Amino acid sequence: MTGFSYSSALEIAVSVVLLAAIVTLWRRSVRAIVRSLAVQGVALAAVAAVLGIHLRDPGLLVVAALVLGAKAVVIPYLLIRLVRIDPGSRETQPLVNVPASLVAAGALTFLAFVASRSVTAVVPSIAGRLIPVGLASMLVGFFALFTRRKAVSEIVGLMLVDNGVALVAFLATSGVPLLVELGASLDVLLGVVVLQVLAIQLRSRLGSFDLDQLKELHD
Amino acid sequence: MLVLLLAIPILCAAACAVFPWRRALGWLGTAAAAAVLVLGVAVSVRVVNRPAMSGLAGILRADALSAFMVVVIGVIALLATWQSVRYLDNEIAEGRSTRRHASLYALLVQGFLAMMLLAVLAANLGVLWIAVEATTVVTTFLVGHRRTKTALEASWKYIVICSVGIALAFLGTVLVYLAALHAGGHGQNPLNWTTLVRESHRLNPGVMRLGFSLVILGYGTKVGLAPMHSWLPDAHSQAPAPVSALMSGVLLAVAFYAVLRFKVIADGALGPDFARTLLVVVGLLSLVVAASLLLTQHDYKRMLAYSSMEHMGLIALGAAAGTPLAIAAVLLHILGHGLAKGVLFLASGEVLLTEGTSEIERVPALLSRRPVLGGIFGFGLLALLGFPPFSLFVTELNMARAEFQVGLGWAAALSILCVAVIFAALMSHGRRLLLGRGGEEQRQPTARLVAIPLIGALAGCAFIGISAWPLATLLSAAARIVAL
Repeated sequence: MTGFSYSSALEIAVSVVLLAAIVTLWRRSVRAIVRSLAVQGVALAAVAAVLGIHLRDPGLLVVAALVLGAKAVVIPYLLIRLVRIDPGSRETQPLVNVPASLVAAGALTFLAFVASRSVTAVVPSIAGRLIPVGLASMLVGFFALFTRRKAVSEIVGLMLVDNGVALVAFLATSGVPLLVELGASLDVLLGVVVLQVLAIQLRSRLGSFDLDQLKELHD
Repeated sequence: MLVLLLAIPILCAAACAVFPWRRALGWLGTAAAAAVLVLGVAVSVRVVNRPAMSGLAGILRADALSAFMVVVIGVIALLATWQSVRYLDNEIAEGRSTRRHASLYALLVQGFLAMMLLAVLAANLGVLWIAVEATTVVTTFLVGHRRTKTALEASWKYIVICSVGIALAFLGTVLVYLAALHAGGHGQNPLNWTTLVRESHRLNPGVMRLGFSLVILGYGTKVGLAPMHSWLPDAHSQAPAPVSALMSGVLLAVAFYAVLRFKVIADGALGPDFARTLLVVVGLLSLVVAASLLLTQHDYKRMLAYSSMEHMGLIALGAAAGTPLAIAAVLLHILGHGLAKGVLFLASGEVLLTEGTSEIERVPALLSRRPVLGGIFGFGLLALLGFPPFSLFVTELNMARAEFQVGLGWAAALSILCVAVIFAALMSHGRRLLLGRGGEEQRQPTARLVAIPLIGALAGCAFIGISAWPLATLLSAAARIVAL
């Protein structure tokens, strides 16, 4: 792969990760949000694949395949099944409206660029320059997590945070060692399965996935 | 030996996966915990003042610090698995749980133990992260085991908040890894703790500052340190009593162990002041939050949960001081707090079982109606409040002393103020719960099977407060690993 096409491929894939995160703030339909999470999974796998080809590292290609399987197929599938169980939860009711959310996403992206200066200074490569984008998609994930009050959209928020962290890991260090990567992916996958089961149990108690009904525990 | 340590709970979990619940399965779990304790002592003897052991192709590593943590895990697990048998028997008798569901509980408890052991035995900081994350996944169903609305709410909050925290810890770990790669650590395992400590003076300070802050925030979430503590009172009050004992007594400490490991690297890279400042801030913040919420508490399980936050704040301050004396006190405090809090949670489970409520107001005069159980609760509370001869008295004193020595006198003074407020709050809640006159007809005996291990644990907590033997050499060896 020539230098030019490597850098543009990487830039496109990384930008899609951030765009997909922002789309989840913009769309109201839970199905659309899960779809954009799947798109983000594909883009994340593409980042790993592009890096793997560029660095001639077969380990990264394995990781790319894993990411594709877990984050673009299995996890979105589990979430779509949750949406099917409860037709009432198809719309998110964000605590912050869409325009304000998008402004916040812009502010968070700026914050990410400021916060990661010390890190980008250390990694002078093309990938290193893109680290702030990874951090930005993580922060957008946080925002989504704290302003969306449906079970499915909370899980999506959590996955956005997770994908953002994974993107930073790919860009900064070309991924953590393979053993750690495998264990971490397994943990994340199991975590989503646990969340899914828990959401179903909660629904059977509450009658919906609306987490605003969860306020019995407080001081 | 290290592989065997991990294999015991895993095999026991496998047995729970195969068989539906029976009492023998519960006692098998207790036996597994006892075996972990025995092996922990054996590992301690092997590594104290000697080179670290390693196992499983270098993935596992045990030095004095790991060995001490294994002992702590073993002790509290012994108490908790013992009491689990009674909890499950009762759940089945009341028809709240099937035998399959009870087996799942036993399986998850053993898996939980295995993951905590993996965390303290991991040579690699990535593996440490995997293990801590896995404890969240495993314990979520344990918190929600009763499947009531509140229990499910608590487990949802628990897994969401802790997953966020642990994601931040992962980012912090990645940044430390980046710093190691940048420093030229292209050797075999740049994420190995020993490599990182050796190379720590060459790590890029800017990256380390961001990385270590994220580690404190991330693992701090699982320690229950402010500002990411809000899951703790819910999860610890809703979980079954043996699970609360394990979570409060050891899981918080295991997460703090991760902070200690990273602190050594950060101290090498940045000098002692950076980690010290962060730990003082989160420690004091946790103490203030715990003190203010303990004052108005009306639920005795939540009261115990906030008290865990208080003690985690205290050990954060002790670690901030960082002298050998302070670290030894921090470690002993972890054990003392684990014992006292374990006893209190298990006793509170017994109270909940017989009284049917966790509100302090509705359980009056426990001491006159149930002298043995009330006595255990009372002595546990005294231990927690730091009365001599219990070990928490000595360790709190030594941590404060160390803080004064390194110029953190103002922080020590503030922490003593918070501890005084908490002392008053717990005394008043304890008085309402324990004292008063109860009807003679409501008098109930306490099962000997319940009382004996709890009394034993309290005696142990008092013993380590008086006698330096047998822990002194292990503690000083472990403290040398972390201390400045």
